[in-house]
Amino acid sequence: MSIDSMFVHKMWNDDELAKMVEGGVPFPMLSDAGGKVGTAYGVYDPEAGVETRGRFIIDPDGVLQGYEVLTPPVGRNVNESLRQLQAFQLVRASKGAEATPSGWLPGKATLTPGINLVGKVWQEWKTEQAFK
Amino acid sequence: MTTEGNAGCARPTGGLVGEETEGSPEQKDSQEPRETRKMLMVGQKVPDFTAPAYHNNEFTTVKLSDYLGKWVVLCFYPGDFTFV
Repeated sequence: MSIDSMFVHKMWNDDELAKMVEGGVPFPMLSDAGGKVGTAYGVYDPEAGVETRGRFIIDPDGVLQGYEVLTPPVGRNVNESLRQLQAFQLVRASKGAEATPSGWLPGKATLTPGINLVGKVWQEWKTEQAFK
Repeated sequence: MTTEGNAGCARPTGGLVGEETEGSPEQKDSQEPRETRKMLMVGQKVPDFTAPAYHNNEFTTVKLSDYLGKWVVLCFYPGDFTFV
């Protein structure tokens, strides 16, 4: 979503993005002329007249689970967004029984918060796991 | 999920769902200070909106609440043809 019209979205997709991604952008490119939606989400910069790089993960109930906002010159890390999405999906599938510790990646161990874990995280999770 | 839009000469806009339209009498007072900008809170529902969109070589209108039951990643960016 950006402040560009859907007509400009079409030109950008058809003339440039379709050369980077086969078949073009696979998801809807949304237009927020005037920045009303961006303002409600806290990412519209009225001085520059554009949206900043905000990314929101919204669950099936319409609840915000996480967000990240960057200033324009720095791009996002899509893999990190996907990792967070997978983590939130795992937690939801477990109905909150499992939690993903720092550095969690799909396939790695989760934690089961509860009275038995109090003071025992050091046995279940090592600091190196945050970094690899 | 989406409704087909017609590509007329007017530049279509969307907006928040359930929000009063701009220029309603209650909002006329220009002396009123602008609402402080605030960030959304994680764990809370996000504001619903509709927005004109381009998808699969068609112009459509997307309503966020039509995606209830699915995970959504919503991304904002400064502008088309920007570089990053």
